[in-house]
Amino acid sequence: MKKILSILLVAALTMSTLAGCSGGKEEKPAETPSTTEGQGEAQEETPEAETPAEGATIKVAAIETAYGSQMWKDVCEAFTAETGINVELIIDKNLEDVIGPSMQAGDYPDVIHLATGREKALTETFIKDQNIVDITDVLSMTVPGESAKVGDKIAGGFTETSLTNPYGDGKTYLAPMFYSPCGLFYNAGLFEEKGWNVPTTWDEMWELGDKAAAEGIALFTYPTTGYFDAFFYALMYSVGGADFFDKATNYEEGIWDTEEAKTCFDIVAKLATYTEKTTPAQANDQDFTKNQQLVLDNKALFMPNGTWIVGEMAEAPRADGFKWGMTALPAVTAGGEGYSYTWFEQAWIPGGAQHQDEAKQFIAFLYSDTACGIFANAVNADGEPAPAIQPVLGIAETLQGDNQMFYAIYDNGAKAAMGNFAAYDSGVVGVSNREVWFDPVNSLVSGNMTEQEWIDGIKSASDQMRANLIQ
Amino acid sequence: MKKRSGRNGFIFLCAAPAVILFTVFMIIPTINVFRMSLFRRSAYSTTEDFVGLENFTRLMSDANFIRSIQNTILLIVVVTIVTFAFALVFAAILTREKIKGQNFFRIIFYIPNILSVVVISAIFSAIYDTNNGTLNSLLSLFSGKTIAILWKGENMVMVSLIIAMVWQAIGYYMVMYMASMASIPQSLYESAGLDGAGRITQFFQITLPLIWTNIRTTLTFFIISTINMAFLFVKAMTSGGPNGASEVALSYMYKQAYTNSSYGYGMAIGALVFIFSFGLSALINVVTKREPLEF
Repeated sequence: MKKILSILLVAALTMSTLAGCSGGKEEKPAETPSTTEGQGEAQEETPEAETPAEGATIKVAAIETAYGSQMWKDVCEAFTAETGINVELIIDKNLEDVIGPSMQAGDYPDVIHLATGREKALTETFIKDQNIVDITDVLSMTVPGESAKVGDKIAGGFTETSLTNPYGDGKTYLAPMFYSPCGLFYNAGLFEEKGWNVPTTWDEMWELGDKAAAEGIALFTYPTTGYFDAFFYALMYSVGGADFFDKATNYEEGIWDTEEAKTCFDIVAKLATYTEKTTPAQANDQDFTKNQQLVLDNKALFMPNGTWIVGEMAEAPRADGFKWGMTALPAVTAGGEGYSYTWFEQAWIPGGAQHQDEAKQFIAFLYSDTACGIFANAVNADGEPAPAIQPVLGIAETLQGDNQMFYAIYDNGAKAAMGNFAAYDSGVVGVSNREVWFDPVNSLVSGNMTEQEWIDGIKSASDQMRANLIQ
Repeated sequence: MKKRSGRNGFIFLCAAPAVILFTVFMIIPTINVFRMSLFRRSAYSTTEDFVGLENFTRLMSDANFIRSIQNTILLIVVVTIVTFAFALVFAAILTREKIKGQNFFRIIFYIPNILSVVVISAIFSAIYDTNNGTLNSLLSLFSGKTIAILWKGENMVMVSLIIAMVWQAIGYYMVMYMASMASIPQSLYESAGLDGAGRITQFFQITLPLIWTNIRTTLTFFIISTINMAFLFVKAMTSGGPNGASEVALSYMYKQAYTNSSYGYGMAIGALVFIFSFGLSALINVVTKREPLEF
């Protein structure tokens, strides 16, 4: 009997260890592939690499996101077929961990595709170090295999933002990739059922908030405070236009004392009082889907998000009659303009790249009809369509389903907001934009911080950042 | 003479691999951390500016850093005391008393220790859920009204971390104490019993003094593992939030070194944590020094 019991206990221990393994993978598929596995998969060579090379071999490093990895393999193959330049592709969910150590040893990829705003902040680090190759000349290059110029294909505005021209010197350093409109997502089915209109001004928003509160529904929630960047940028645009946005994102002296800034702060602080109360406790990388679930369960009306939310929550249970809706940020005054922030990723050439000319050709090729087609037909790891939309003219007409509705937001009256805070060097320590602007929203909602404390924090951080701006 | 040098050569050869590995993977990187803490640089900088002790002086006036150190110290103190107390009591009960299913309890207590932190954080995510979580549901059941404590909210997040860390650590230390308690001869307890000593007196007069060496070792373990585990728990459970309320020294170091691209500043935090944990361990070692007792 005792023997059987101990065998059972040992079995239970073994099981729990194994459960540990599988649980770990389930929990964070993007974060925890074992290193060996990650690197094993990372080194993929296109079949053409075997054939005699007409040109050099370039090393392309791309982050694997919700769009899956197959599209990058296909694009690299198409590039080799077009130009004869071989591509060694490194693609991984934890790209920084794969290419980081060799970059520290001085071995750089020729092209890196990686968005800003990630925890490891690799792109931001290279921007701060001014260690990125100027690719302004790529805009006047002809797309390989076509007669059009790169600059003529990229949609207006995309190569004039601080995300692509971080130093404000009129030169482009980062190529805009895969754009997605951000806005407030909601359950369109619920609005139809209740006969509510989607608010077009903040006053209507507060009215709706009171109406919803009477039915036990909160007006607002957010996945994590990281999602406030797109929200806040769009808000700054709708309050004070491009002029105010530029001054604010360059930390101009006294900008936070202006009437426009006050309006922005007041709106966010008021919105905090309308926010679902459990939100801050769930606004972390582990539980953020619980906040997103609040919208699916009709417990909160709006949340700031991007078009990827549809795929991210595809398997989640939802209220009867649920239908995704997306709206731009409401205008500040009646008749004012609503803004939707355009989120996009970046491709760039690190300063230490060996084959910069070939790398520029590769970047030019990313805007070819062939490449755009491959990206738009991407499928994710589960085989579901996950279109990655290049910022080229006329692409929105080719979309289908929910995406057609999302990308049509700019055709329906919303104006596009683009850009971000200006780059400062590594002399700024202890504070970052997220920590001073967005994270305190958690404390505003929970009541641990007042609006004035938040503004004071922003002002003192702004002074530090202004002093360290990269000119 | 010849024989002697041959022996020395053999000792050298045997020790060399360990010494080389230790130097390459421990000593050199540690020196590097201290060196880089004197520079202004990012993780991938091709150039670096020497700034002397500027990183350290700025740390002293960085409110976020001070909060993260406070949180770390809170965790070291509370997690150590609570885990220590529970582990000792459970170990004493499981070795000294005749309880049905002793092995069963031993294993139940040890299981949390072999789970990965990511799994533990998923378990506690379900326990701490405000609306459907186990903890709030139980509290509501016993109090008769709906309780909606925000366990991962700003006011409770450190308590939640402490509970999870204690839960995870108890089994490990319990097993260590049990091993040394089992080696105490039964006859000591028997004669103490004849002299009229109760169980509690026996515990404080016999058990504790005789496992003292073991306790000293585990106290050092507590300090090192709390500093390290706190980073993992914070990363997996709270990402340092809400609004930095659960930031600990190492998670703040990571944030500064990578997310904020100020690698030199991050290394300065690393250097301070290194000195702090070394100093604290040394202090504990001195304070707890006693003449070892023999059976």
